[in-house]
Amino acid sequence: MSNHQALGGRIFTGPFIVLLVVFVIGCVFMVERFTEGMGAVSNLNGGFAWGIWVVYDVVVGTAFACGGYALAFMVYVFNKGQYHPLVRPAVLASLLGYAMGGFGAFFDMGRFWQFYEIFIPGNWNFNSVMLEVGLCVTAYIFVLTLEFAPALLEKLGLDGLLKALNKVLFLLIALGVLLPTMHQSSLGSLLIAAGHKVHPLWQSLHMQPVLALLTALIMGFSIVIFEASTSAVGFGRESESPLLAKLGKVIIGLLVAFLVIRLIVLMTQGKLGLIFGFDFASLMFLLEMALFVIPVFILLSPARRGRGSQLLIAAVSMLMAGALYRFSAFLFTYNPGPGYSYFPSVAEIMITLGIIALELMAYLVLVKTLPVLHPEKHA
Amino acid sequence: MKRRDFLKVTVGGTAATLCTTAEARSNLEPAPQAVGMLFDSTLCVGCKACVSKCKQVNDMPPVIDGDELGWDSARDLSGDTLNVIKVYREGEAKTKDAEINGYCFEKQSCMHCVDPGCVSVCPCNAMRRDGLTGIVTHHPDVCIGCRYCMVSCPYNVPQFEYNELFGQIQKCQMCNQAGVERIDKGQMTGCAEVCPTGSTLFGSREALLQEARRRMELKPGEIYNYPRGDVRDPYSYHEKPAPTYKQHIWGEKEAGGTNVMHISAVSFDKLGMPPLQERSAASIAETVQHSVYSYLALPALALAGLSYTVRKNTRDDNGGEQ
Repeated sequence: MSNHQALGGRIFTGPFIVLLVVFVIGCVFMVERFTEGMGAVSNLNGGFAWGIWVVYDVVVGTAFACGGYALAFMVYVFNKGQYHPLVRPAVLASLLGYAMGGFGAFFDMGRFWQFYEIFIPGNWNFNSVMLEVGLCVTAYIFVLTLEFAPALLEKLGLDGLLKALNKVLFLLIALGVLLPTMHQSSLGSLLIAAGHKVHPLWQSLHMQPVLALLTALIMGFSIVIFEASTSAVGFGRESESPLLAKLGKVIIGLLVAFLVIRLIVLMTQGKLGLIFGFDFASLMFLLEMALFVIPVFILLSPARRGRGSQLLIAAVSMLMAGALYRFSAFLFTYNPGPGYSYFPSVAEIMITLGIIALELMAYLVLVKTLPVLHPEKHA
Repeated sequence: MKRRDFLKVTVGGTAATLCTTAEARSNLEPAPQAVGMLFDSTLCVGCKACVSKCKQVNDMPPVIDGDELGWDSARDLSGDTLNVIKVYREGEAKTKDAEINGYCFEKQSCMHCVDPGCVSVCPCNAMRRDGLTGIVTHHPDVCIGCRYCMVSCPYNVPQFEYNELFGQIQKCQMCNQAGVERIDKGQMTGCAEVCPTGSTLFGSREALLQEARRRMELKPGEIYNYPRGDVRDPYSYHEKPAPTYKQHIWGEKEAGGTNVMHISAVSFDKLGMPPLQERSAASIAETVQHSVYSYLALPALALAGLSYTVRKNTRDDNGGEQ
């Protein structure tokens, strides 16, 4: 089963040391957060209860981590086995991305010392979207760990455990498709209860979960293209362009679905006029639309789709589009009422960057030491 | 073929489940013995006795601004301030209760929503609406500090104590929290008790609504006998010519209504009230959530469909390996 190989090579490279420095700086602020309290390090306030720890680390970060989800859909549900070489690195990136979301959520948790209260069934409020998100993301982190476990078990040569795990792998993969569908849509549903605080151009009410899910899939597929392209360049490996080009074709449908639904919602809500107000929100909206439309044009042409650089541009555009959609809704145009404003503090930014650095370091170490990436020649 | 199998199972199941469970959840109704307050902005003189009394009842320190040690200078709600009086000022700010060149006072505190967003969104049931009185209380012992209550509150009422390492959410609990229980003991809220003009009145939601409607009917200048304290049993009255009330009882219908209602001679959008529809956002969120997650039927069905499909596809993959 194992066609994967550890990349090998030095751990302490230049980029790794840079990341390490960023992580150490982040750690200083992390310590401050857990000794002085959230007020000492963040600009969160009575109107902006959620800042970048929630919106970047959890809401946007987990969408960047949807590569494993998107590929599991392709490979195992629609039986497109040829994408298999992309799966294991994508699962690793997902695991690390979601772990980062978990970290971020913990830093953001006002009463972190009793985080376990959300895991006590007696406390559960089934009306709460947050309950769904909290439990489902936690469950998914466990599932991702198990999905990735074969890489470690192969390395350690624990064949018995590997066999046992492979027997239930189908169930884990099924959960790996179901759980992100649930919580990625719920991340959108979180906005419904915020009502008027969410700008009308982003307050789609009943359609929040659908739009959020579509962005999760779009960003998931894009991150697979992005990671495969960059690791081809970064590690000097042969590009998987033909495979990625095919993936690009799948994304067109998702992009078109998103754009059509987004505009129909605004039309039925009678908000089309807001698009051309040319205020800050309208500009954010137009930028978002442009970022979603550009990749459609790139991917529609077989010639452009086939070129690695064009494909990479499309992927980056889609990642930015999805991130901007979520950032705009949760932060940029979010308006709790007069008297409140928010811009992240240096400490907030450094803590988030520190966690990202940790995530990237872990990725580099793991692909070099565990069988994650596929050998260059496909079997 | 396989894709079709999968789609059949999931789409069919989705349709079936949605049809049986997608009943819209409408706004909640007022609690059977709902108590609340009526704030009449035209009566408020900005003395802030209510702010002071609230701090005393809740054992919270005054907020000091600069050298001004004489009184509580809280400008906004916070972990130390559960009610606050704000000033509306326009132009020369000469005439009380005039929108142009006028001024007036507005109180901000928990509105005790009939269909409270904070209660609906709290993952751990740390926000609770009393089934009888409709009072919304907070229970930090189960709170994880996700602050979704703050996000979902249209009035930005719940406040987290950011400045403490082991902080908690603070909000007005209508003087009925454990250890205080003024309402259960037959008393009224602290702020209503000390209000010298009856600008803040306590009472049942029903009685307060009737009082508000009576005031709506007054002709400007008409002498009215304004009660103080509990609207059902006022401890005193004072006579005053009626102002030109806006024909709007804030909290009668907004987002399902509130137990703390406001009336004013200045329109509410100028006083900082949010733009709310009659339907509560909580009821929409719950409708969406329950359409998908009722009894976890849909996720269970999807998991069955997915497991089946994945199992089939991974078997094909492995071929002879088995």
